Amino acid sequence: MTSWLLLAEAGVPEGGLFDLDATLPLMAVQVVLLTFILNSLFFRPVGRAVEDRESFISTSRAEAKQKLAQVERLEADLREQLKDARQQSQKLILEAEQEMDRLYREALALATAEANASREQARREIDAQRDQAMTQLNIDADKLGDLIVSRLLATP
Amino acid sequence: MPLTLPLAELEVGKHLYWQLGNLKIHGQVFLSSWVVIGALLALVVVGTRKLERDPRGTQNLLEFVWDYIRDLSREQIGEKAYRDWMPFIGTLFLFIFVSNWGGALVPWKLIHLPSGELGAPTADINTTIALALLVSLAYFYAGLSRKGLRYFEYYVEPTPIMLPFKIVEDFTKPLSLSFRLFGNILADELVVAVLAFLVPLIVPLPAMFLGLFTSAIQALIFATLAAYYIGEAVHEEHH
Repeated sequence: MTSWLLLAEAGVPEGGLFDLDATLPLMAVQVVLLTFILNSLFFRPVGRAVEDRESFISTSRAEAKQKLAQVERLEADLREQLKDARQQSQKLILEAEQEMDRLYREALALATAEANASREQARREIDAQRDQAMTQLNIDADKLGDLIVSRLLATP
Repeated sequence: MPLTLPLAELEVGKHLYWQLGNLKIHGQVFLSSWVVIGALLALVVVGTRKLERDPRGTQNLLEFVWDYIRDLSREQIGEKAYRDWMPFIGTLFLFIFVSNWGGALVPWKLIHLPSGELGAPTADINTTIALALLVSLAYFYAGLSRKGLRYFEYYVEPTPIMLPFKIVEDFTKPLSLSFRLFGNILADELVVAVLAFLVPLIVPLPAMFLGLFTSAIQALIFATLAAYYIGEAVHEEHH
């Protein structure tokens, strides 16, 4: 046993580098079996896991996208509603202010008119009473004058 | 022999023969291949025991390997047919890769056999020829099952002048596949063994690292070429 090169070249009946025998077909059968075993134990389950995850991710993404679109739609909707409500309230406030103003003016006018009326009436009453008093006074003065005259005339 | 070189201790070309009926097989190849297959199956069984959507532990590794093999076979075979051949390509890759690295990393020398020695199963010509012939069968089967007899149009495309070359190719393909793998792995084991024998300290380390690199590359080359041949067979010419 000097060198492996000799073994390789000489084609010794026992052994050698290129010693082909039943190892070859048996190894082939072994590898084919290994292929089937690995297919059922490794490639198929792992492939299923990976593809399940991929499909899960893509459906989740689609769902999320859909939800996002929905949210955006709702947000726009709500924004619109909010704007409407704000305008509505603005209008209501303006209306209420106008209404209040009107009511105030009306009440003021009414009160002024009433006050004028009662003042007028009071003046008329005062005037009437004064006239009455003047008339009475004139009558009394006339009476007194007549009395004085009669008395003066009667004395002699 | 007057000259007894220490190299003789390497025992290249010696085999542990088992008798199977009147057939002889290389026992050491089967022993180490069973270790390789056992390791592969153990890894796969442990890693796929509980597959989850959020991968953890070994599942990550297995999914990485799966993804790698899928990309390799999809790129070479094409979108349409790669699913059928992915397990075969993947098994070739894993078996060769684990064999090569097992041959380089497992301290086989600690186990003494009556004859021959344990090593990478791919350092035996029987294993590599078996693998290469399987590839040949696979691409013939792939072409015939996908295209029927139209598969043989491939031999006269683009011109009938190609016919003899394409026929010769059918023989050179398994030959080159098997000898490339066998030669690389055997040479790597020999270099490391000789260096370790001459200078058993530090010096063999670079050769060992180079060996690991070559081993991985050889597994990749074998699997890629196998996938490429299958892809060539199932490829549809667009007229």
